Amino acid sequence: MDIKLKIWRQKNAHAKGQFETHELKGVSPEMSFLEMLDFLNAELIARGEEPVAFEHDCREGICGSCGLFINGRPHGPQKKTTTCELHMREFADGETIVVEPWRARAFPVIKDLIVDRSAFEKVMQAGGFISINTGSAPEANGLPIGKIIADKAFDAAVCIGCGACVAACKNSSAMLYVAAKVAQYAMLPQGRVEGPGRVRNMVKAMDDMNFGFCSNTYGCEFDCPKGISVEFIAKMNREFMAARVCSPKPE
Amino acid sequence: MMQLDSKIPAGPLADKWSNHKNSLRLVNPANKKKLEIIVVGTGLAGAGAASALGELGYQVKVFCFQDSPRRAHSVAAQGGINAAKNYRNDGDSIYRLFHDMIKGGDYRAREANVYRAAEVSNEVIDHFAAMGVPFARDYGGALDTRSFGGVQVSRTFYAKGQTGQQCLLGTYSSLTRQVAKGTVTMYPRRDMLDLVVVDGKARGIITRNLVTGELERHAAHAVVLATGGYGTVYYLSTLALGSNASAAWNSHKKGALFANPSFIQIHPTSIPVLNDYQCKLTLMSESLRNDGRVWVPKEMGDKRKAGDIPEEERDYYLERRYPAFGNLVPRDVASRAAKERCDAGYGVGDTGLSVYLDFKDAIAKQGKKAIENKYGNLFEMYEKITGSNPYEEPMRIYPAGHYTMGGLWVDYNLMTTIPGLFAIGESNFSDHGANRLGASSLMQCSGDGYFILPYTISDYLADEIRTPKIKTDVPAFGQAENEVRQRIDRIMAVGGRQTAASFHKRLGKILWDYCGMIRNEAGLKKGMQLINELEEEFWKEVGVPGGDKDLNQELEKALKVADYFEVGRLMCQDALERNESCGAHFREEHQTETGEAMRDDARYAYVAAWEYAGKGQPSRLHKEPLNFEFVELKERSYK
Repeated sequence: MDIKLKIWRQKNAHAKGQFETHELKGVSPEMSFLEMLDFLNAELIARGEEPVAFEHDCREGICGSCGLFINGRPHGPQKKTTTCELHMREFADGETIVVEPWRARAFPVIKDLIVDRSAFEKVMQAGGFISINTGSAPEANGLPIGKIIADKAFDAAVCIGCGACVAACKNSSAMLYVAAKVAQYAMLPQGRVEGPGRVRNMVKAMDDMNFGFCSNTYGCEFDCPKGISVEFIAKMNREFMAARVCSPKPE
Repeated sequence: MMQLDSKIPAGPLADKWSNHKNSLRLVNPANKKKLEIIVVGTGLAGAGAASALGELGYQVKVFCFQDSPRRAHSVAAQGGINAAKNYRNDGDSIYRLFHDMIKGGDYRAREANVYRAAEVSNEVIDHFAAMGVPFARDYGGALDTRSFGGVQVSRTFYAKGQTGQQCLLGTYSSLTRQVAKGTVTMYPRRDMLDLVVVDGKARGIITRNLVTGELERHAAHAVVLATGGYGTVYYLSTLALGSNASAAWNSHKKGALFANPSFIQIHPTSIPVLNDYQCKLTLMSESLRNDGRVWVPKEMGDKRKAGDIPEEERDYYLERRYPAFGNLVPRDVASRAAKERCDAGYGVGDTGLSVYLDFKDAIAKQGKKAIENKYGNLFEMYEKITGSNPYEEPMRIYPAGHYTMGGLWVDYNLMTTIPGLFAIGESNFSDHGANRLGASSLMQCSGDGYFILPYTISDYLADEIRTPKIKTDVPAFGQAENEVRQRIDRIMAVGGRQTAASFHKRLGKILWDYCGMIRNEAGLKKGMQLINELEEEFWKEVGVPGGDKDLNQELEKALKVADYFEVGRLMCQDALERNESCGAHFREEHQTETGEAMRDDARYAYVAAWEYAGKGQPSRLHKEPLNFEFVELKERSYK
């Protein structure tokens, strides 16, 4: 198949970016979207031009490195799919495909399609963990956790940290990302001890990192490649309110 | 002549590690604060070690090439993590886990190391559960387990088909906690390009900042490599595209011996190649073989659809050849059996290079819902990649390069032959012999990082408490940085028009053909010859556009491929030297009448540790004899 790519090029964080158009012939429908970009890059290199920089690693939808804004949707048109899992058979022959980096104030562009997601790290550092030192854990089966709760915690824990939720949100809010972590630990007995402090600290870090507010449009859930539910946002809101009302202010 | 001292403690197998721990020297808390440690890599081993060392009070600097430590390739491990908990009351024990690993590794691993890995496995599970890793549980709230290839007990803990992700995110959380506390400093988007050795000790690393292109010097009292394996040497593999050998390889060139480089596991259940531009093979977890049955048509070249082939015309060749273990034989055995059927002309799919993995019977017996609960995400992943629905049609699978049992040689303390340089996780060679059993990789990586290295490194650092902060303005740092600079300049100067990936692909094909699942003398020699020719072409034709003082992904790739030519040659040399078959290393010349691997314990019961002898020189072999005091060497049979 033949396609036309309108692709974002930006030399570095300070340079002004612009769209560049490339016609690509002989694309196989069996190619993944990123293999199609590899194919484009090989052509560019053969012409002595600079290839398009994009982030990727595992290419099986689990590391969360890749994330492109394709035709106005994070990770493209297919539901519950990362960019690397998306295949060209999802596009039509002759189609024009627009490829952009994540657009969010908290994620500045580094080069071309690569953005800086270190704001996510800062949010995690504010409380995305259970404080247990190596060697001090009790016997694993000493703390039974019902299957339903364990499975629910798992559903929250599948976040790959790609940032699609932020890119999908018109406010560039990171609520789903933060809520997934807060909810995972809030549901597990191991995580209860630090629960109130965690939710307050992580929400504060989220605000400090320039992520926007949540206005409940559910765009994040719709475009999350792992299908994480907005019910975890509700869970986090409850946790947050309870922490503010019932618990002492964290340090 | 270098003497290899494995430092295996004396005494009964079960007491070795406890006795050894009691004899290792400690560093007092006030001194720990003054000691710096570099950890390279943030998978289960690296992030685990960094967080454990940070908790102890050392000053830790951690490096990864990704934008976040959470993306290390441990994240992609699917099936599970083993531990000898015996929660099933099915006769499991530390000894049995040890014995399964020794046997599974075809008696080419050290007894003491393997026993220790089995011993700490239980602590690993406790720790992960306490960190909030959402493992699968039963309705009573206890942890669930499942069985995995090559064993007869159910000891594999799991979190659906994404156990590695959940374990890594747990480990990442503990690392993050230390970063927040300030004991660990995180350096993402860095490639380690060289090791710095000062007065015979590992004292630092040279990294390239992948955003600015700057070369940086980082110093410490000790350096820990947790840089994973070199399976991407085949180009097409189940690994992440960024996975590479460069940190380990350049440390090897600085004096660390490289052990058993030809021991590479080819995983039996990967999605086959679908198009010519493919650069990655996606694994379908081995756990699928618990319920899926592997078969090919009995008739050669049968082109009917799978569903149209009646039961009696299907050859369930694993069940036929290995009635005791059936579809659950170890990976090396399953891979070779698939290759054997395909080479004989019974393969399915357009290319004839795949076999069926069929869930029809499992769905009929357990219901679709039960299968979905166990493998839902894997089935989804398969459908996304292939466009075919495995609930209705059997999966098609084929072997792919996966895990490297070989790696940097380490002693019992996980220290390489360079004092102060440690290697943990997949980057070392120590625990899996010639073949790794499923679900033992997450186990070994976490054990090394959380529960072994923190003890053994203190014994080394006890001698360093009087060493002041290491400075980066000494000549050794300058020299190492210069060497890296020259490597980069040389690549930038080639000015060709072919991508590094195109050379990598050709290198991978050579290794797959001649140093893959089946090897022979003539092929290995030819492989080495072809690698030399390809390398020569690389240095004339490779093209790296842009500058090196900038984010330049082509430069990153080219540097890795340049190292892979050398890695590939050593793999062939090692495979050639080991004139026996064992585990994943299958020499055509040495097989039983039924096509099973034939070991030669009298001549080859040793670890082959290679010393770098300079550019263009054949590497020098050192042998560490493997003494089996506690298990009897037997023919490995799964029949």
